[in-house]
Amino acid sequence: MPDSLHVSSQFDEDLARLRTHVLQMGGLVETQISSAIDAYSTGEVASVKSIIETDRKVNDLEKAIDDDCAHIIAKRQPTASDLRLVLGISKIVTDLERAGDEAKKIAKGVRRIYEAGHMPTQYGVGIRHLAEAALTMVRQALDAFARLDGKLALSVIRADEDVDVEFKSIIRQLITHMMEDPRTITTSIDIISISRAIERIGDHAKNISEQVVFVVEGRDIRHDKEAIK
Amino acid sequence: MQTHDKPQLKAEARNLNFYYGEAKALKNINMPIYDKKVTALIGPSGCGKSTYLRSFNRMHDLYPGNRYEGEIRFYPDNTNLLSPEVDPIEVRMRVGMVFQKPNPFPKTIYENVAYGLRVRGESNKRILDEKVEQALRGAAIWEEVKDRLQDLAPNLSGGQQQRLCIARALATDPELLLFDEPTSALDPIATGAIEELVHELKKRVTILIVTHNMQQAARVSDYTAYMYLGEMIEFGKTDEIFIKPNDKRTEDYITGRMG
Repeated sequence: MPDSLHVSSQFDEDLARLRTHVLQMGGLVETQISSAIDAYSTGEVASVKSIIETDRKVNDLEKAIDDDCAHIIAKRQPTASDLRLVLGISKIVTDLERAGDEAKKIAKGVRRIYEAGHMPTQYGVGIRHLAEAALTMVRQALDAFARLDGKLALSVIRADEDVDVEFKSIIRQLITHMMEDPRTITTSIDIISISRAIERIGDHAKNISEQVVFVVEGRDIRHDKEAIK
Repeated sequence: MQTHDKPQLKAEARNLNFYYGEAKALKNINMPIYDKKVTALIGPSGCGKSTYLRSFNRMHDLYPGNRYEGEIRFYPDNTNLLSPEVDPIEVRMRVGMVFQKPNPFPKTIYENVAYGLRVRGESNKRILDEKVEQALRGAAIWEEVKDRLQDLAPNLSGGQQQRLCIARALATDPELLLFDEPTSALDPIATGAIEELVHELKKRVTILIVTHNMQQAARVSDYTAYMYLGEMIEFGKTDEIFIKPNDKRTEDYITGRMG
């Protein structure tokens, strides 16, 4: 990425503002995810409401950022790294918004479980570990975007495999529990959907990182296993 | 599959240097011009893109003290366009040029187009009529002027004049057309018409275009060359140059950062 300034300082300001808004949105989504995980561990169902409220802000930011992207394209006709940045951002915000939606799903699942009774202790550690891994992916993807660090983005993409493996192992455990004791089925299904949401958050972090690689290096590495080695 | 994409060479600059007296305006340019493709030359004012363009039809021969070194190979016959043995008039029959400002002769529309053919010695009225119509159709202006061929060309609108100049250049069936900022004096609609025309023309003729309008280069060209201070900094497929240029100087120029 070029470090020099544009002849038009207004253009520099437009792009800087765009990036700031993306990071701001990223910060909100990070908070949503970590609050949802906390709610899972502690049973603080009250925080579910604030997670849902934050989601509205996230949605508004997504629309505002997309609108800014459209204006920059219309007014500036960006090229090369500028074009990649604008295109990348317009995809990154979609993934951020969806990651926020997944956090909301987790929160609602947590509320259902706790309102129906207590969280069965045997599920705690595995889920928490999975969630920490996904949250780290989101944080690092946003860091990679903020610093335009292609290497870090690639490491996030590689980390997604670990999350997927862990997710599958949790599902296997839950299936065993359900077979052993059918009374756990209702809760287990909620926990499956929570783990699924966490796994999806990892996928979104991966997608964001793929866009960071595109923005920085101009390579489209989506669906390309060779490219991330 | 790839072999179909591999374009033929129409021309090729080899170690091309050019001097305006003592001043070296082009520095060791090596660049392919692919057949029936549009190649755009971009770069800041004074980078040598017009100088380079004008070398292709020996325009610099008109002024004393100008000097070429190196070659411009022209295919398929592998002629060196710059060789002193090659007649510049012959070169200009094969390499047409359209300028920034439309410059029709103060003659009728018909005579503007017929001029090059007459210079070539064509006097058969039937053949002239046919060629003039063909050229005007080729320049997408026939429908607008067919009923007023005897009107004076300077009475046409700017956009029409420019298309007339393209028709004039087409009349001698050139193999390569040079455009030196052909739309910088035109409004957006007339510009669109010329760009559309360039797209049509490349079915028959190779085009080299100098433009200050980066978006125009992106829209009309298959290949783009970025020049700076008389040097060819980067040459590549337009699609690649505008998404991911390799050289930081190209990146800075096309993104509007001039460091």
